[in-house]
Amino acid sequence: MTISSQVKQTLASLKNIEASLTAFSNLSTHEKTKQVFQENAQTAHHLVETMKNRVKELEMEEPQYKGL
Amino acid sequence: MHIVIRALIALIVLFVLMRIIGKKQLAQVTYFEYIVGIVVGDIAAFVSTDMENNLAHGYTSLLVWTVVPFVVSYLTLKSKWLRDVIEGKTTVLIKNGKIMEDNLMKVHFSTDELLAELRLKDAFQLADVEFAALETNGKLSVLLKKDAQPATVKDLKVKAAPMRESQAVIMDGVVMLEPLTTIGLNTQWLHEELTKAGVSLENVFLAQIDSNGQLYLDLYDDQVKVSPPVDKQLVLASLKKCLADTELFALATNTPQAKQMYAEMATEIQRMIKELTPYLS
Repeated sequence: MTISSQVKQTLASLKNIEASLTAFSNLSTHEKTKQVFQENAQTAHHLVETMKNRVKELEMEEPQYKGL
Repeated sequence: MHIVIRALIALIVLFVLMRIIGKKQLAQVTYFEYIVGIVVGDIAAFVSTDMENNLAHGYTSLLVWTVVPFVVSYLTLKSKWLRDVIEGKTTVLIKNGKIMEDNLMKVHFSTDELLAELRLKDAFQLADVEFAALETNGKLSVLLKKDAQPATVKDLKVKAAPMRESQAVIMDGVVMLEPLTTIGLNTQWLHEELTKAGVSLENVFLAQIDSNGQLYLDLYDDQVKVSPPVDKQLVLASLKKCLADTELFALATNTPQAKQMYAEMATEIQRMIKELTPYLS
């Protein structure tokens, strides 16, 4: 497995985490819990974006691994 | 036959009157409520069985015995003085770990009785008791010394996620719509969750949703195993994996820029793990 595909895998995990945290935020009835999940979902979203950019860079460097 | 009707009427009247006085009467916290409880019961028994007596007399007396307590309980809400007179005061029996012998005499409590009451409160050693008071309902309340108290989450200095009361959403295989809407979920969501757990609605005896939206199921058929929800643990594990990944990428890459980016991501994920751990376990 190349680094590029590993990075893509981590990106997928992060996306999954973001989605789960958003779901937890919607399901909880306590405001504090809701807020904590929401904030962390935002952080996860931010991480997903950073990771996406990195994937683009890697694809530029190694065009043969382009595409998910 | 006559007696059946009499008894039935007495039952209904008593039930209605007691509903009006309210739940507080059931607790019988004060002398007054205790006396009212006994007398009302007695009058009702009398009214329903004693054939010779005048019915009207019985019911009038019953009415007096329920209206007066009703008024008095309202007045005691307003006046502290009246409260002290009618309901009595709490008597302190142990203060600063020392038995107050005078107060013990006042409430006619023997040493044995005091020890027995303390034992019922799981205080087997007098040395562990900081404060104890005899409440107006005759029950002893006990405050243990701080080092003898059971540890709470606060004592352990552990961060705990807040929680609210759970809602029972399925009872005897029937979906309860009101609790479900209270927490802002619908039947479709519930059916999806049931499908995920692999059980049919008819087989569910009780289902409860906690404040984190997690569903707990109890089935009629206890042989069927329901796996406990693991979504949250999975997310936590997934976060930890991402942390390990980013740290690995930071080491593997040769570009200093990317190295720094991965390191920043790792610290961010670390912070997330720390903050979310109480909520995800």
